[in-house]
Amino acid sequence: MHALEISNLHKTYANGLQALKGIDLTVEQGDFFALLGPNGAGKSTCIGIVSSLVNKTSGSVKVFGHSMDREPIKVKSLLGSVPQEFNFNTFEPVNEIVTNQGGFYGIPVQVARQRTEFYLKELGLWPHRNVQARQLSGGMKRRLMIARALIHKPRLMILDEPTAGVDIELRRSMWDFMAEINRNGTTIILTTHYLEEAERMCRNIAIIDEGSIIKNTSMKTLLKSLNSETFVLYLKNTITEVPVLSGFGSTLMVDEHSIEVEVPESLSLNDLIHQLDAQNIVVNRMRNKSNRLEELFITLTSKSEKAS
Amino acid sequence: MSAGNYWVAFRTIVRKEILRFSRIWMQTLIPPVVMVALYFIIFGNLIGQRIGDMDGMNYIDFIMPGLVMMSIITNSYANVVSSFYSAKHSYYIEEMLIAPIPNIVILLGYVTGGVVRGLSVGVAVTVVSLIFTDFYIDNPFIVLIVAFLTAFLFSLAGLINAVYANSYDHIAIIPTFVLTPLTYLGGIFYSIQLLPEFWQQVSLINPVLYMVNSFRFGFRGISDIDLSLAIGVILFFILVLFSFCMILLHRGTGIKH
Repeated sequence: MHALEISNLHKTYANGLQALKGIDLTVEQGDFFALLGPNGAGKSTCIGIVSSLVNKTSGSVKVFGHSMDREPIKVKSLLGSVPQEFNFNTFEPVNEIVTNQGGFYGIPVQVARQRTEFYLKELGLWPHRNVQARQLSGGMKRRLMIARALIHKPRLMILDEPTAGVDIELRRSMWDFMAEINRNGTTIILTTHYLEEAERMCRNIAIIDEGSIIKNTSMKTLLKSLNSETFVLYLKNTITEVPVLSGFGSTLMVDEHSIEVEVPESLSLNDLIHQLDAQNIVVNRMRNKSNRLEELFITLTSKSEKAS
Repeated sequence: MSAGNYWVAFRTIVRKEILRFSRIWMQTLIPPVVMVALYFIIFGNLIGQRIGDMDGMNYIDFIMPGLVMMSIITNSYANVVSSFYSAKHSYYIEEMLIAPIPNIVILLGYVTGGVVRGLSVGVAVTVVSLIFTDFYIDNPFIVLIVAFLTAFLFSLAGLINAVYANSYDHIAIIPTFVLTPLTYLGGIFYSIQLLPEFWQQVSLINPVLYMVNSFRFGFRGISDIDLSLAIGVILFFILVLFSFCMILLHRGTGIKH
């Protein structure tokens, strides 16, 4: 069964902006799915419609086979959502925000309190349970929204940039937490601007741009389609001009001690080192210029921009 | 989701609403009591003695039910308009919109919060009035039913205002330019029998007149308006505003894109 099935979804806002132009999307049960796209591509509109915060213009949405139009209450009970913007009453204490959300889902207060304790402890917020939410740091507020979204044990979680503004250490612990939720059976849809995060966490991916899905495939397949990668090479000796490299893509001199080389899929790094060695250039260290998904993302979205 | 789940959701909204206005009691509960106490001192004691009797009773006894009613109206309205608008403005209304709660539960939850605040202030003002006048209720059942229905009606009106408001200014415009004039001209301080025939007829358009008079009937046993007509008018407005609120919530007006 599909956790989420979107068919021919359109959204045109009152000001005439066509945010979604008939998208089709399916997310398998148990998947960890990335929904990526540049700012203004339509990600948040799509998520807003699924979460019942935005009215669709046309099309259909099903969650675990239940139609959003015919069974909205059932669909909502299966869904947990962590939005991009903080959307809680900042004057309320942390534990009340989570427990009240349980109440909105019809969970009796005793059970809601037990779950609140569990999730606040899991997410490291228990010591702050009695403080007003406005006193929390940005990272804590994000974790509070995750705890709140989990209170009714949703089968499908939508995380809209859950790690935005969170430091790297905390981000890694949140990744571990999200992976554990997914292992326990919750389907997760993640949007993020940290493409490393999507590459690391997600099995399947859709890229949305200008209101249309421009790629929808598995992460492995997508990364395989990357036919070149750019490396930055730090050189031991000084160079005065760009070395001539046969068969490689663009080569740039960053400064007298470093160059950028685009390595096509058909050639290996050994070939590159060999050619440089032949020119008496010694490579000290090297790194990817950007992560692989980032390169693909930029390629795909710029193609889409050109086409439009 | 069963009826039991909806009951939990309803109780959660009501509890949240009551906690909200209770936490800021210095802003929500005390000012109306102080204001009405001043009305009693100035209009009841000082000026009232010069006015003499109104409809066969002391002026202070005449205005007492209207002043309690005014507090109920303004506070039930203010509670829902400020709470719902804040939830909308700061996006935490989304907590309820994403949850499996039918719109009617959301509406009744907010309205109950407004009713509780309106009646709480009404009781407090009634207690303060005992300093200035003797306690006497002709028909407690009518007092309770009219107080409840009026608080219910103005809580609905507050929600409509909040749905359409786009700034904090907008939630002050209706109370200042509509609610206050209607209340002051709704027979709190005078009997419409004192007005010329034409203005008596004009006064009958004002729905607050029916609430004030039926409330006064409950307290003192006198009214310018027939009681059943007054209750009928209140119920009619409740029906209209309730239906309108349901349509607004169903469409997501002002709260969904």
